[in-house]
Amino acid sequence: MRLEKCWFCSSTIYPGHGIQFVRNDAKIFRFCRSKCHKNFKMKRNPRKVKWTKAYRRLHGKDMTQDSTFEFERKRNRPQRYDRINTEKVLQAIPKISKVKATREKAHITRRLSVGKINRKMEDRRELEQSISLVKAPSVLKEDATLTLPKQKVTVSYAQTENTPMEE
Amino acid sequence: MVQFNFKGITVVPSGKEMVDIILSRTQRQTPTVVHKGYAINRLRQFYMRKVRFTQQNFHNKLTTIVDGFPRLEGIHPFYSDLLHVLYNKDHYKLALGQVNTARNLISKIAKDYVRLLKYGDSLYRCKCLKVAALGRMCTVIKRIGPSLAYLEQVRQHMARLPSIDPNMRTILICGYPNVGKSSFMNKITRADVDVQPYAFTTKSLFVGHTDYNYLRYQVIDTPGILDRPFEDRNIIEMCSITALAHLRSAVLFFLDISGSCGYTVAQQAALFHSIKSLFLNKPLMIVCNKIDLQQLNALSEDDKRLVDEMKAEALKTLPIGGDPNAEQQVLVTMSTLTDEGVIKVRNTACERILDQRVEIKMKSKKINDCLNRFHVAMPKPRDGKERPVCIPQQVLEQRAKDQEAEKEKEERKLEKDLENENGGAGVYSASLKKHYLLANDEWKEDIIPEIIDGHNVADFMDPDILERLEELEREEGVRLAGEEGDDFEIDGDNMMPEEREALNEIRKRKKALIQEHRIKKSTAESRPIVPRKFDKDRQFTTKRMGRQLSGLGLDPSKAIERARSQSVSGRGRKRERSVASDGAGDDGMEIDNEGKGCNKKLRLRSVSRSRSRSRAPVEEVIPGEGFKDKEQKVKAIKLGKKSVKKRNKDARKGEADRVILNMMPKHLFSGKRGIGKTSRR
Repeated sequence: MRLEKCWFCSSTIYPGHGIQFVRNDAKIFRFCRSKCHKNFKMKRNPRKVKWTKAYRRLHGKDMTQDSTFEFERKRNRPQRYDRINTEKVLQAIPKISKVKATREKAHITRRLSVGKINRKMEDRRELEQSISLVKAPSVLKEDATLTLPKQKVTVSYAQTENTPMEE
Repeated sequence: MVQFNFKGITVVPSGKEMVDIILSRTQRQTPTVVHKGYAINRLRQFYMRKVRFTQQNFHNKLTTIVDGFPRLEGIHPFYSDLLHVLYNKDHYKLALGQVNTARNLISKIAKDYVRLLKYGDSLYRCKCLKVAALGRMCTVIKRIGPSLAYLEQVRQHMARLPSIDPNMRTILICGYPNVGKSSFMNKITRADVDVQPYAFTTKSLFVGHTDYNYLRYQVIDTPGILDRPFEDRNIIEMCSITALAHLRSAVLFFLDISGSCGYTVAQQAALFHSIKSLFLNKPLMIVCNKIDLQQLNALSEDDKRLVDEMKAEALKTLPIGGDPNAEQQVLVTMSTLTDEGVIKVRNTACERILDQRVEIKMKSKKINDCLNRFHVAMPKPRDGKERPVCIPQQVLEQRAKDQEAEKEKEERKLEKDLENENGGAGVYSASLKKHYLLANDEWKEDIIPEIIDGHNVADFMDPDILERLEELEREEGVRLAGEEGDDFEIDGDNMMPEEREALNEIRKRKKALIQEHRIKKSTAESRPIVPRKFDKDRQFTTKRMGRQLSGLGLDPSKAIERARSQSVSGRGRKRERSVASDGAGDDGMEIDNEGKGCNKKLRLRSVSRSRSRSRAPVEEVIPGEGFKDKEQKVKAIKLGKKSVKKRNKDARKGEADRVILNMMPKHLFSGKRGIGKTSRR
């Protein structure tokens, strides 16, 4: 029993799911669901389809090179069962996955932080440029902070009709 | 002599059939169309052709029939005798003769009529001649109909005759009915002859083949023969007699010593003696069958004596340079039921045939030619030294080991035995892990994990995975520490909440502007460039301006003042303005004096001033308009408004506006109905 990776989107294929396609040159294509299968039949390149892992890796959205990737490697030679080693491995796998997950998250945050800074700068610039829409220049001269001005409101005397609400 | 192929005779059609076939063939394969207007020669040719064609066909057909059947003189005497026995030679010859004469007759008829046709002078006469010719030919054939039927029967039966090769090594089995000839036949060959308790189960000759010493022998099973004078024998018995007479073979005379066939040994012996003339020059064997019922030794004296007599006769047929066990070769016992001695009988018979044939060959002249071609070379011994067999030691050891291994294999317990002990195939499932080669045998029954959390365990297998994991965690610790420092720097440039508020407000304003502009843009086509009336909706008020200015943070009072002083309708308020402005300038609070109060004050001052700059209330009755009182005016105004209402709703400018901008709006004149017919629009 092996968990395979979908050829198109690189997600894991659990037993009982998906379709395997064997081409005439004996290359096997595994798909996790019909979405990927249909995309493949349409001859779409996964590297150009935004939601696939291949695209994300290629365009630097997800982490590509890391030492955690070296822990998981497909071996073609069968290995003799060794209880001690297996126990060690079973202990190690969750820890490795955790480290991998944190690193991936860090990668993404790092990537998005640039945009955050840019947005902040833009906000500041917009505020500086367009403050005149909400604050008159004379008021700005007096009060140089980039905040809303204190509003001058005229109060009319003929307000007696509105009092019934208070009773 | 090449054997005649009885299966190769052509089918003989019946008389009627033959006539039908040939006449239809004539009709198909000769021209059919003729008119009386043709030249006479042409007519004659036409009919002559038909007559000749028919004659030729008959001739061919009858020739093939006659040639197909064998001439009794030209085949092996065994077959000719057999055919005589079965079909009567004379009858056969007669039938063939009749067919022959028919052929000649037809030829003669054809010749005559062709000659007559040469002198036919009209279409009708020629036609009559042709009809007559064909008719006579057909009558001839009809007359030989019975012969043809007989020949067909003969042909069918002949095709089913057993294909006996008269020159092959043959064993012939004969004896009384029910002695066990067919059973013996079934035992030694692959022939499947009927074996039944009643006499004359076998009604004709049957052939089987058996192998001995890489040679093939024919075995012929005959129907039983009864002891009767020769003339009284029926056809079935005659078959066996014929076979006995003509086939040069070994003869196995079957003797039922138990008498269960229904005939005593005496009767059988009598039969033997009556047909012993047929056994001349043939290797003869007396076969005592059914010894499971009666042993040869346990026979009565008379019977024994009779058997000995028969044996004596048989001994005569042995070759002269006799064997010590000649007795064995002549008198044998067996039981087809228990298979005792059957093979021995066969072997002995085969040997005797072979001996006889070899002897004959030896005596013939041809043998010398054969012998000259043989030469068996024997190596001449060089010296008197003995050279025994030599087997290397290793081979002997290996052989010993192999034997041991075989013994062990027989002794050790198999998995199958284990399965059977524990409940059989469906109950017990073998432990496949029993023979695993692992570092520690305790691990054999472990369930090996393959998958965990969406990963394959086998992909991670590494003896020093824990060390690497520790390294990784150390790295991770370092990295995390480094990252915490970074986080603080990024948050430097944050806005204050008030600034954020301002930004939101800015954005709202911008959006509103954009939206307005978009509406303007989209309605640009239907809006006049210069509006009909500036500020028809009265949205540009000082109130609005005041609001906007105070939104920007400015004090609007001065601006409003100025606007009012500049406006046309505000000219009458000069005094009011000046009074108000002194008091309220810096307070920030201003009394909004627009409206009725203002006007009332004005009126107090000058009564006669006209109302050119201000508006009177609508329902105020002005003398000169023609209304009685306020109610009337109000009603009139209402009526007026009502009449205008419909036009306004239709977006018509006035009574005269009858423009229909779109005579056929698409939504009324196109489209299918969801349900129903579209027969009216």
